[in-house]
Amino acid sequence: MATDLITWPETQEADATFRPFVDRLHEWVTTVDHKRLGVMYILYALVFLLIGGIEATIMRIQLSAAHKDFVSPQVFNRMFTMHGTTMIFFVAMPLVFGLANYLVPLMIGARDMAFPRLNAFSFWLTAFGGILLYFSLIGANGLYGAGNAPDVGWFAYAPLTSHTFSPGHSTDFWTLGLLVSGFGSIGTAINIIATILCMRCPGMTLGKMPLLVWLNLVMAGMVILAVSPLSAAQIMLLIDRYLGGHFFDTQAGGSATIWMHFFWIFGHPEVYVLVIPAFAIASEIIPVFSRKAIFGYPVMVAATVAIGFIGMSVWAHHMFTVGMSSNANTFFVLSTMAIAVPTGIKIFNWLATMWGGKVEFKSPMLFCAGFLFQFLVAGLTGIMLSAAPFDWQLGNSYFVVAHFHYVIVGGILFCLFAAFYYWYPKMTGRMYNEPLGKLHFWLFLIGFHLTFDFMHIPGLLGMPRRIYTYEPGRGWDSWNFIVTIGVVFQGLGILVFAANLIWSYFRGKVAGNDPWDAWTLEWSTNSPPPAYNFAAIPSVKSRRPLWDLKHPEDPDWKYE
Amino acid sequence: MSVATITAFEPEVQWGPSARGRLGMYCLIAAEAAIFTIFVVAYLFYLGKSLSGPTPQQVLHVPVLFTICLLSSSLTIHLAVRSLRKAKIGAFARWWFLTLFLGATFLAGTAVEWRHLIYDEGLTIQTNLFGTTYYSLVGLHAFHVLMGLLALCTVWLFAMFGKVKSEHAERVDTLALYWHFVDTVWVVVFLVVYVIGR
Amino acid sequence: MQSTRNISAKPPLLKALAVLFFLACTCLAQSPTFSSPTNIFAPASTPARSIFGLSLFVLAITAVIFVVVVTLLTYAVVKFRKRKNDDGREPAQVYGSNQVEIAWTVIPILIVVVMFMATARVIANVQKSVPDNALQVTVVGHQFWWEYRYPGLKVVTANELHVPVGSPTALKLLSADTDHSFWVPRLAGKTDLIPNHPNVMWIDPQKPGLYLGQCAQYCGTQHAKMLLRVYVESRSDFDRWIQQQSQPAQVDEAVAEGRRIFETTACVNCHAVTGSQANGQFGPDLTHLMSRETIAAGIAANNHENLRLWIQDPSRLKPGALMPAMGLSEHDLDAVTAYLETLR
Repeated sequence: MATDLITWPETQEADATFRPFVDRLHEWVTTVDHKRLGVMYILYALVFLLIGGIEATIMRIQLSAAHKDFVSPQVFNRMFTMHGTTMIFFVAMPLVFGLANYLVPLMIGARDMAFPRLNAFSFWLTAFGGILLYFSLIGANGLYGAGNAPDVGWFAYAPLTSHTFSPGHSTDFWTLGLLVSGFGSIGTAINIIATILCMRCPGMTLGKMPLLVWLNLVMAGMVILAVSPLSAAQIMLLIDRYLGGHFFDTQAGGSATIWMHFFWIFGHPEVYVLVIPAFAIASEIIPVFSRKAIFGYPVMVAATVAIGFIGMSVWAHHMFTVGMSSNANTFFVLSTMAIAVPTGIKIFNWLATMWGGKVEFKSPMLFCAGFLFQFLVAGLTGIMLSAAPFDWQLGNSYFVVAHFHYVIVGGILFCLFAAFYYWYPKMTGRMYNEPLGKLHFWLFLIGFHLTFDFMHIPGLLGMPRRIYTYEPGRGWDSWNFIVTIGVVFQGLGILVFAANLIWSYFRGKVAGNDPWDAWTLEWSTNSPPPAYNFAAIPSVKSRRPLWDLKHPEDPDWKYE
Repeated sequence: MSVATITAFEPEVQWGPSARGRLGMYCLIAAEAAIFTIFVVAYLFYLGKSLSGPTPQQVLHVPVLFTICLLSSSLTIHLAVRSLRKAKIGAFARWWFLTLFLGATFLAGTAVEWRHLIYDEGLTIQTNLFGTTYYSLVGLHAFHVLMGLLALCTVWLFAMFGKVKSEHAERVDTLALYWHFVDTVWVVVFLVVYVIGR
Repeated sequence: MQSTRNISAKPPLLKALAVLFFLACTCLAQSPTFSSPTNIFAPASTPARSIFGLSLFVLAITAVIFVVVVTLLTYAVVKFRKRKNDDGREPAQVYGSNQVEIAWTVIPILIVVVMFMATARVIANVQKSVPDNALQVTVVGHQFWWEYRYPGLKVVTANELHVPVGSPTALKLLSADTDHSFWVPRLAGKTDLIPNHPNVMWIDPQKPGLYLGQCAQYCGTQHAKMLLRVYVESRSDFDRWIQQQSQPAQVDEAVAEGRRIFETTACVNCHAVTGSQANGQFGPDLTHLMSRETIAAGIAANNHENLRLWIQDPSRLKPGALMPAMGLSEHDLDAVTAYLETLR
C-alpha cells in the first residue's frame, strides 16, 4: 500500500527489556517529550470525559420525568456546574492541547516543542487544576454545610458567587482550579506559537504548513488573548470574596453585568479555541480519505484567521437578555451573523474536497461526515440565536443547551473521535479494530441524535435551563424522556470506543509508518515515533511532502 | 521495504534559539497585557460610581519621583544589556544593580503611598469601588514589579559569581523585555489612575 | 476482515433519512403533540408576535440553507464514494477555484445583510417603543419568588401578576438579590432582573386567560420552582381586582389567636400584612394571600393542606427555599393557618 519511508530501521521501544513499574512511572512523570505529554493530556481528558458523562447521566435521569426525585436540587445544581466546568476545562481543552502537543512538532518536522520544560509544567498545572476542582467534593464544607462541589453554574454569574449567596468554599475551588489550569493553558499556547513560528523544517514556509498547524496557531493566539480575561475576572472574584472587594458587589454600586462581560470575553473565544482544532482535524482527515488535496488552502487559512478576529468581537450575544441598549444588541447581532460567513466557507471547502474524490468511509471519515452534517445544523441554530429578538425567546432555554451540545458533541467530539481513530496507529503502532470503530460510530450517532435533536423542542416550548425539575402539563415530559434514552446509546458507544482502544493496544495489527497512505510528515516516521521524532530533519517543497515523494511525476509543488 | 531518500534542499533561514525565547516573551507580554486591560477597564468603568468614601481627587497625589525611578530603570537595563553584549561585564553588573535599586525604590514608594492612604486617608480595598479598583490595579502592577525584581536579582547573583557572559546577552535581553513591559504598564496605569481618573 | 459492501452503502441512506426526519418534525410542529402553555410559537402579545414573525423569517432562510447544503453533502457522499472495483489511481487533484470561493462568500454575505436588517428592525420595535399609556408595574425578583408593585395604584402583591387585556403593561424589572429572568413565552421574550441594573419590558396581551412561565436565569437552589403566572383579565375584572387588593387586611376576631402568634413570632420579620403590625419586606406580602390560586411561587395549589405544610416546613415543598421552618406546635400551626386563611 503505502511506500514505507523509513528514517531509521524499525526498532523496538527501549523498554523491550524489563524495567520496574516505578521506573517507567518516573519516566512518564518527569517527561518533557511532547509526545508523552500529549498522551498524558489525552488520557487525563478521557478520565474526566467519563466523570463528566456520569454527571450528565445523573441529570438526565432526574429530568426524564416531571417532579422526579432522583437527586435533590442541591445535588442537581452541583451536577450541571461540574459537568459544564469539567467538560470544557478538563476534557475539551486537554484533548485539544494534547493533540496539538503530539502532532504539531511532528507535522512541522521538529524534534520537540520550543519549550519542553514549560510544556511539562503547563500539563501539570492543568492536571492539578482539575484535581483542585474535584477536591471540593471533600474539602469544601463551609458554613452550615454549605460546601461541597460548586453549584453556581459553569459561568458563575455574580452576585450569586458572592459570599452572601455562596457561603463556604465551593466557589473558591471553582475559581482556583480554573485559575491554575488557565495559567497552564497560557503556557501551552505560548509553546505552540513559538514552536510553529520558529521551528519549522527547511522549506516549510507559513504557506506550506499543514492546515492543522495553521489552525492550532490561530487557536493558540486566541488562548493568549481570551484566557487572560478569565484569569483577571477570577482574581477580581477572589478579591471580592476574601479581601472585601466590591468588583461585583451590587450593594456597593458594583455591577453584575461587568462579570458577564469579562466572562464572555473569555467564554466566546473559548468555544472557538475548542472548535478550531476540530476544524484542523477535519482538514487533515477529509483530504486523505477523499484522496484529494484540501480545496482552497489559502482561503481556509484566511477564513480561520477571520474567525479568530471576529470571534473576539461577538461575546455579548450571550447577554442579549440582560438589558443592553438596542445599539449594543444590534452591533453584536451583526458581528455574530458575520462570523457565519467564514465558517460557512469552511464547510463548503470541505465539501468541495470530497467532490470528485474517492471517499473511503473508514471510521475517521465516518466521524468527519457526521461532523459536517452536525456542524452545519449547529451553525444554523446558532444563526437563529444570533437574531437577538429570537434569542429573547430561545436564550437560556434548552434550545441553547441543544445548540451548544450540537457544536461540542456533534462537531468537536465527533472530530476528536475521528482524530483518535486516524492517529491511533501513529501513536501506538497498532491498528484499531475497524468493525468496532463503525459500531461505536452508529451507536453514538443514534444516541447523539436521540438526545440532542429532540432537546431543541422543550426549548421551543418554554423550558429554561438549569432547572432540577419541571411542571407536568407544560408539554415537556415526553421530549425529556426521549432525550434521556439517547444517553444509553451514547454510553454504549463510549464503552465500545474504550474497549477498542484498550484491546487494539495489545492485539491490534501492526500499523507500520503510513497505514492511511497520507501526505504529512508525521507519516514518514515510525509508529510510534522514536523520542527524537526523525532521524534527519526533513526538508519540504510543498504542502504534501509525502505526496511529492509518492508521485514524483506529479508533485504538488508544480501546482501550488 | 523501499527506502526513499529525502532530498536535502537549501535550508531556509531559520529563526535561532534566541528567537524562540523572545517570541515566547512577546506572547507572555500579550497575555499579561490582556489581564491588565481587564483591570484598567474595571477601573475606568467604576470611576465616579463609588457610593461613598474618599474620591481619587481627594486622596491621590501624583507619584512623580517614583515614576521617574521606574522609567529610568528601563534606560539603565538597556544600558546594562548593551554593556553585556560588548562583554563589559563590570559595567553590566553596575547598570544591572542600578536597575534593581531603582525598581526597589519604586516599590518602596508604592508602599509609602499605600501606608498613607490606609492610615491617614482611610482608604482600603474594602472602602468603596475606588479603593477596590485602585489597590487591585496598582497592586497587580506592583506584584509584577516584584516578580521582575526577583528575576533581576537572580541574574545579579549569577553575575556576582561571575557566571554571566556576553553569550548570555540574548537571554538577559529577553528578561529586559519583560522589564520594559512592566514599565510600559506603569505608564498606562499612571495615566489612567493619576491623570484621567483624578 | 471487514466487509465494506454493506457499510459503505449506509451513510447516504442515513442522510436521506435525516432529511425526511427533519421535514416530519417541522410538520408535526403544528400538531397537538407540541401543545404547551409556554410555546414560543403561540404568541398572544405584540412583542411575542414581532419575535414570532422574525423567527419564521430566520427559520425559512436556515431551512433553505439546510436543504441545499445537505443535498450537496448527500450527493457527494453517494456519488464520490470509493467503489469496490476501484482502479487504485488517485483522482484529479483540484487545489481550489477563485470563482467558486467568491460565489460562496458573496451569497452568504448577502444573506447575512438581509437577516441583519430584518433583525435590527425588530430590535428597535420591541426595545425602543414602550407604549406611553402603559400600566406601570414594578417586578422585584427575589430568591425564589416574585414581588409585584403597582406604584400608581398602591397595590403590592406576590407571585401572581394581574394585567388588563388589550392594553399595554410596562414591567420595570429589579432584583433584591441575584440575577433572575422574567419569561412568559406567549407574552414576550425574556428580560433579566439584575441587581443595580433596572430593566424595562412591556406586554400587551390580546386575549384574557392565564399565561405561564418561570424564572429563566439561574438564581440559586430553587431556581426551578420560581414559576410565573400572569392573569390577563377584562378591564372590569382587573379594576375589581385592584380595588380588592388595595384594601387593608380584614380583621376577623375568630382568628385573633392566630394573628397574635403571627405578629409575635418571627413571621413579621419577613412578611407584611397591610393594616396590621406586620411590615416585613423580605418575604411576600400576605395581605390578600387567599386571593391567590397558588403558593410558593406557583408550585402548589393554595389550599389548606399545602398552606399548613408550607408553614410547618417549607423545605417539604421547596427544599432550599429561604423561609425557615418556624417550629410551631401543632396547635399554633392550626391557629396561624386559620388566620392566614382569612386574608382574602
